[in-house]
Amino acid sequence: MSTALLHTGTHENQTSLAKKKLLPYWLLAPGIIWLTIFFLVPIYQLISTSTQTQGYGIGTYVQTYRFANFMDAITSSKAQLFRSFEYAFLATCFALIISYPLAYAVAFKSGRWKNTLLVLIVAPFFCSFLLRTVAWEQILGEQGFVIKTLRFLHIMGAQGHLTATPFAVVAGLTYNFLPFMTLPLYASLERIDIRMMEASGDLYANALTTFRRVTVPLSMPGVVAGTLLTFIPAAGDYINAELLGNPGTKMIGNVIEARYLAIVDYPGAAALSLILMVTILILVMAYVKRAGTDELV
Amino acid sequence: MVDASSSAHGDLILKNLTKTFGEFVAVDDLDLVIPEGSFFALLGPSGCGKTTTLRMVAGLEEPTSGTIFIGKSEITYEKPYKRPVNTVFQNYALFPHLSIYENIAFGLRRRGVKDVDDQVQKALDLVELTHLASRKPNQLSGGQQQRIALARAIVNRPALLLLDEPLGALDLKLRRAMQIELKWIQTEVGITFVHVTHDQEEAMTMADTIAVMNEGKIEQMGSPADLYDNPQTSFVANFLGQSNLIKGSIVDSSGESAVVDVFGTKIGLPVLRNHAHDSSVLVGIRPEKIRIAPAGTQMNGNILEGGVISDASYIGVSTQYQVEMPWGQELMVFEQNDDGTPPLSKGDSVVLSWSPIFTFGLAGDQDVNAGSEAHPESE
Ligand SMILES: Nc1ncnc2c1ncn2[C@@H]1O[C@H](COP(=O)(O)OP(=O)(O)OP(=O)(O)O)[C@@H](O)[C@H]1O
Ligand SMILES: [Mg+2]
Repeated sequence: MSTALLHTGTHENQTSLAKKKLLPYWLLAPGIIWLTIFFLVPIYQLISTSTQTQGYGIGTYVQTYRFANFMDAITSSKAQLFRSFEYAFLATCFALIISYPLAYAVAFKSGRWKNTLLVLIVAPFFCSFLLRTVAWEQILGEQGFVIKTLRFLHIMGAQGHLTATPFAVVAGLTYNFLPFMTLPLYASLERIDIRMMEASGDLYANALTTFRRVTVPLSMPGVVAGTLLTFIPAAGDYINAELLGNPGTKMIGNVIEARYLAIVDYPGAAALSLILMVTILILVMAYVKRAGTDELV
Repeated sequence: MVDASSSAHGDLILKNLTKTFGEFVAVDDLDLVIPEGSFFALLGPSGCGKTTTLRMVAGLEEPTSGTIFIGKSEITYEKPYKRPVNTVFQNYALFPHLSIYENIAFGLRRRGVKDVDDQVQKALDLVELTHLASRKPNQLSGGQQQRIALARAIVNRPALLLLDEPLGALDLKLRRAMQIELKWIQTEVGITFVHVTHDQEEAMTMADTIAVMNEGKIEQMGSPADLYDNPQTSFVANFLGQSNLIKGSIVDSSGESAVVDVFGTKIGLPVLRNHAHDSSVLVGIRPEKIRIAPAGTQMNGNILEGGVISDASYIGVSTQYQVEMPWGQELMVFEQNDDGTPPLSKGDSVVLSWSPIFTFGLAGDQDVNAGSEAHPESE
C-alpha cells in the first residue's frame, strides 16, 4: 500500500482501510479474551492471595501484603520442593533413555508398522491419567505379579515391597509422561533427511559416529521439547506421589493440594504455587539457553 | 580409520553390474571402465538408472549382482565409509547443524587427519569461499552450497568423486559458470570425476568421455565428438543433439563407401560409419551438415530432391527449415546465414545436399524417434 494512495484516498476507502487494520485484532480477540479469563485473572488472584493473612473465621483472608508468606512456605516445604525437582529430573532422564531408541526405531526401522506403533504410543491417553496410576498401584502392589515374581525368584525378601517407595513414584512419573517425550523425539527424528546420514557415511563416519555427530545433533529440537514437556508437568505432579508413594515421598504438588483442600491455608498454597512456577520458569530458561536456540534447526 | 589417499587407486571397473527393485531392473548388466583421472559423464534421461549406478559405487545401495573394482581392489560390498569414494549429492546434503568449516572438516576429522585447518583452508580457497567459513549452510545461496558440497568431498582426495546432477538446482547462467569451474577444478586436483547429468550440453562441454545410458544399459560410450559425429543407435543420435534419420536399404557395400537406396535416390555412406547389421539401414545426417538451395540448383555429394519447405524460422545466426520430402517425412536443416543469399521461405521447392563423409548408418530395425522424447529441449 503506497503512502500516496493513503493521502489521496477518499473518506470511504480510508474507513475501509482502518477496518482492515483492525481486522487482526478482531481475529485475536477470542484468544485474548480466553487468556484473560483463564490465565491473567487466575494468576492475578494467585499473586494477590499469596500475600494475604487469616481473617476472622476459617477460609477468610484479608490482603496484608505479607511477603513473609513466601519465606514461611519455603522453610516449611523445602524438602518437598527439592524432591519434586529430583523426581522430575530422574523421570525425565528415564523417559529420555526409554524414548530415544523407541522413537528412533519407529522413525527409521518400523517400515509399514509405523502408524500402528504411533497409535500404540498414544494409546494410554485413551484411559484417564488417574485410572492408569491406580492400575500401577495394583501392578506393583502386594497382589501384583511383579512382587510375586520377584519374591519367587528370591530377588526380593518377604518384607520387601514396591509401592510406597520413591522407586514407584519415579516409575509412575516416567510411565505417565513417556508419550510427551516420545512424540516430539519421533517428530524431529522423522524429519531428518536420510541423505544426511548417507552423506556422513560417505564422509568416512561409521554407524556409531554418524549417530553421535549427525543424528543426535539433528534431533536436538525433539530432545529439548520432549524433556520440557516431561519435566514441567512431572515437577508439579501430585497424583503419582499420592497413589504410589509414602509420606516420605511427598512432592510439592501434594503440599499445595493439602494446603488448599485439607488445611485451608490459601495464602500458603498460593505462595508455594508461585514459587514452583517461577523456579520452573528459571530452570527452563537456563536450559533452553544452554541447549542453544540456534541449534534448534 | 580410513586413509583415502593411500588406499585403492586406478580405474573404476564395473562388471555385469545389475540392480533390481522387485521385478523392475533399474541397472541392467552394466559393464564400464572409467579411466583414472578422467572426467567421465554418465548421461541419460530421467529414470534410466544413473543415480542407482552411482549409489552402488558409493556403497549406498547393494548391487543385486556384479562387481565393482577400483584398480585391483574390489569394493562391491565394502561399507561406504571404507571406500575411497566421495559423493556430491544431488541436493548437496550439507549438515545444517555444522558451520561451513566443520562441514568441510567432517571427513578429515573422521579419518584422523593431522592438518585439518590447513586442508580446509585450501579447499575453501579452491572454491573461493574462504570468507564464508563460519556460516551455516542455510545462510548460503544455492551456488555457494553447491561449491561447499564440492569442497567437502574434494578435501578428502578420494580416488573417485561422484557427482549426481550437482548443477541441477542452479539457474542456466550459474550452471554454465559452474561447469567451467568444475572442469577447471578437476584438472587442478586430477581426481577421477564421474558426473551424472541428463543435460547433454553439460556432458559435452565438461567430459572427456561420455557414456549414454538408457533403461539401465549403456547405449554408447566415447568422446563427445565421437558420440555426436558417429552415433551408433537412434537413441544416441536423437538424445545428443538432433538428427535426421531416413529409412533406406544398402544395395552395394563393396567399396569404402556403401551405396544406400533411399526412396529411389542413391546415397553414399562410409562403411566405417555404418552400424547396421544387414541391408536395412537408417541413414543419419545432422541438420547443420545439410545444404539447402532452390530446386534445380547444381549440387554435389549426397543429394535429395523434391523437398518443399513446410516451415522456416529465422533465428539470427542461422535459419531452421522443416522440409517435407516426397515420401512424407519432415527433415530438419540448419543453414548458417553467412553467404548473403536471402533465406528461403515456406512453400519453396528445394534440393538438399551434404558431403557423404558426414553420413552415418544405424540398424534399420530401431525406432526412428527413440531418445527424442527424452530430449531435454523438448521437455
Ligand atoms: N528404492 C527404490 N525402489 C524402487 N524403485 C527404485 C528405487 N530407486 C530407484 N528406483 C527406480 O529405478 C529407476 C532408476 O532410478 P534412478 O534414480 O537411478 O534414475 P536416474 O537415472 O538417476 O533419474 P533422474 O535423472 O530422474 O535422477 C527409476 O525408474 C526408479 O523409479
Ligand atoms: Mg538421479
